[in-house]
Amino acid sequence: MRLEPRDNLSLSITLGGPVLAVAAAMAICSLLIIWSGSSVTEAYAQLFKGALGSRFAISETLARTTPLILTGLAAAVAFRAKLWNIGGEGQFYMGACAATLLGTGQLDWPSYLLIPTLFIGGALAGGLILLLPTMLKTRLNVDEVVTTLLLNFIILLFVNYLLFGPWKDPMAMGWPQAEPILDEGLLPALLERTRLHAGFLIALASSVGVWALMRFTVWGYEIRAVGASPKAAGFAGIPVRRTVVRTALISGGLAGMAGVCELIGLKGYLTLDLSPGFGYTGIVVAMLAGLNPLGVIFSAFFVAVVYNGADSMSRALSVSNYIADVITATSLLAVLVSVLLTRYRIKWK
Amino acid sequence: MDRNIVLHLDNISKRFGPLLANDAINLELAEGEVLALLGENGAGKTTLMNILFGHYVADEGSVNVFGKELPPGSPKSAIEAGVGMVHQHFTLAENLTVLENVILGTEPLFAPRQNMRKATSRLRELAEEFGLAVNPKARVKDLSVGERQRVEILKTLYRDARILIMDEPTAVLTPPEVESLFATLKKLIDRGLAVVFISHKLNEVMAISDRVCVLRGGKVVLETHTSATSGEALAEAMVGRQIPEPKRTPMDPGKPLLHFREISISGEHRKLLLDNASLSLREHEILGIAGVSGNGQTQIADLLSGLIRPDGGEMILCDVEKFSPTPYAMVRQGIGRIVEDRNGTGLIGDMSITENLASESYRERRFSRFGLLRFKALRNHARKLIKDFDVRCPGISAQVRKLSGGNMQKLVLARVLSEKPSVILAHQPTWGLDVGASAYVHEQLLEARKRGAGILLISEDLDELLQLCDRIQVIYHGQLSAPMEADHIDLQKLGLLMSGHGSEAA
Repeated sequence: MRLEPRDNLSLSITLGGPVLAVAAAMAICSLLIIWSGSSVTEAYAQLFKGALGSRFAISETLARTTPLILTGLAAAVAFRAKLWNIGGEGQFYMGACAATLLGTGQLDWPSYLLIPTLFIGGALAGGLILLLPTMLKTRLNVDEVVTTLLLNFIILLFVNYLLFGPWKDPMAMGWPQAEPILDEGLLPALLERTRLHAGFLIALASSVGVWALMRFTVWGYEIRAVGASPKAAGFAGIPVRRTVVRTALISGGLAGMAGVCELIGLKGYLTLDLSPGFGYTGIVVAMLAGLNPLGVIFSAFFVAVVYNGADSMSRALSVSNYIADVITATSLLAVLVSVLLTRYRIKWK
Repeated sequence: MDRNIVLHLDNISKRFGPLLANDAINLELAEGEVLALLGENGAGKTTLMNILFGHYVADEGSVNVFGKELPPGSPKSAIEAGVGMVHQHFTLAENLTVLENVILGTEPLFAPRQNMRKATSRLRELAEEFGLAVNPKARVKDLSVGERQRVEILKTLYRDARILIMDEPTAVLTPPEVESLFATLKKLIDRGLAVVFISHKLNEVMAISDRVCVLRGGKVVLETHTSATSGEALAEAMVGRQIPEPKRTPMDPGKPLLHFREISISGEHRKLLLDNASLSLREHEILGIAGVSGNGQTQIADLLSGLIRPDGGEMILCDVEKFSPTPYAMVRQGIGRIVEDRNGTGLIGDMSITENLASESYRERRFSRFGLLRFKALRNHARKLIKDFDVRCPGISAQVRKLSGGNMQKLVLARVLSEKPSVILAHQPTWGLDVGASAYVHEQLLEARKRGAGILLISEDLDELLQLCDRIQVIYHGQLSAPMEADHIDLQKLGLLMSGHGSEAA
């Protein structure tokens, strides 16, 4: 058996690869469902019904898609420049912290001023915190995979300290949570009596924005060039360090915006379970999308379907909702394999 | 044929998609002879050898070694039958020792000491017998390119190869290393081994081979005894037409453009990589830097590229008062840089032709405004350049990685020369290119000289330097010799300078 490179990639292969990969992943996971003693068709039917079966289910899934789009974009932008930002989770919380700092009474502004301010503040907080590992990378060659990952834990513990200490809301009956965001700072709902909020539109707009940035702008050109070959980019006179730093600000900013979105769109106050790992799942979302900013919308939606659907599946059947983690993880592996297979064809001999 | 035929390729055809890479090729190799396989890039040489060695499976035809047909697609049986291959890109594990690399795959690596001792002494014998001096205990990563090649050859000999295939073995070697390789090859054929020598360097083929076989477009176009042919005839057979090598016409140099004034650069352990190097470049002039690679050429190229700064001395651009040497600043000052490593440094393989052609100029107003790229201008620019410089490609949005070496270099030339730079750095500009592409590069450089540019040509190829340069300086251990007028150059003196015996010659 050997691999031979394919000459030209047709569009159907490029698009069909991920779809087939996801199908393969679900086929593999059906073995686990059988093992747990349930019917595969019923389980998947429950999964899709739970995620897409009603107006409410769809709104819940889209609400979950929102932060995933933003953290997915954060990873996609950074990975394009080969800046391995694994710190989306920390940047998410930094964004939420900044929004809490600005939005709980310090600024008594109307909505049309306060909400943009919270987003800008959150994006800055997320971007600036990523600068720390990025500077260590560009100046001292410190591996950013390690530093961004470990910074997550530092930030989480710091948030922990804030919520149990100085930021603890005295009205929260002892729960570790910060004071609620002012009503002016909350995002309006998109659908009545659902949790789907205007943040979804912001996430969609961010996708289109990032896509346009990468495709049409000088900055995007520089990011792609530095990612493709830092050596050749530097030789041609492209400012490599400046580009990496700029990428870090954009990437961290997007993750920070995700935190703001969840805080002022959904929860209303900062807690330690604001994110069930959105920062990390963003990496999967970005990889599933092949780092394409528009593809991130679809992969984020898929991941949200799987997670939301798995919850209702586990309620209806005896399948644990951990199956969601298994499905997304298997999908990621399958997509990686499919990327290999779209570039190369296997020759059996 | 009076001698034994050891290898017989019978009617080999191989197709890659629409491309017929090998078209019914017949080839015989006798004991104790060197057969040169000659052809331009893409003529099918490497494909043919990969079929012989079992990396590819032929669509038609068979491979017979010592009268037995080899099962297709099995490198293992090719090795067992006595075929050894020395690849153009070495296949050594850098973190292992020479000995470990040689025995890798022949016996368990973690064998008892005794085996290792036996292997060491066998390796030493082979090395001595064939003049392949190398320390068995040295780690491959510490070895020079020439030494690595010796390890590759030893590896095949250790496995009792009787037929040795060498894919462009001299491409990476310095002139003295080439000579020692040729000496080794002579010893090998004296012992009755047979060698297939793949190359596109005519003078080497003429020097070493007994017979020569020329491939063009996947077909054998000429097969003859080397003594019965000439370099010109082979070149013509290779490209199918006569290639006039461009000639340098005498020209009066103009005003000075660039000076290096006693520049020193130190590397690790305070070793001087450039040692008080001085040079001057004028308009209408090609200044050659001759020398075996690794003697400071990279540093000269990096200085002019804006990648490094001198530790001592200064680099003066005559038209510019003050400048800080960064790649961007150098491009802006009208310095065209044709870099040695076009794959990794000169071009971004994963990006398109359009994007690569703009990589040094995308910030100019004609290509971007308000931070937005002007696609129409970029595409028109790319279309014009690939036409002007005859870049063969599927289209301007094709990935650069998929182009051939010659077309990549044309792309670099297009990007650099279209900006009409006043100073041009050309570092090994024809390295790895075939005859046609080399002639094209030379023509373009001479054209730039006519226009008034000063060109610093760093090359290991003496023929190239003598053909193009007005003056030549030799670099050895970071020291530059005084410039010599190319028209009355003493080849012997040049050779002595290159091997570091300058003082005796002077």
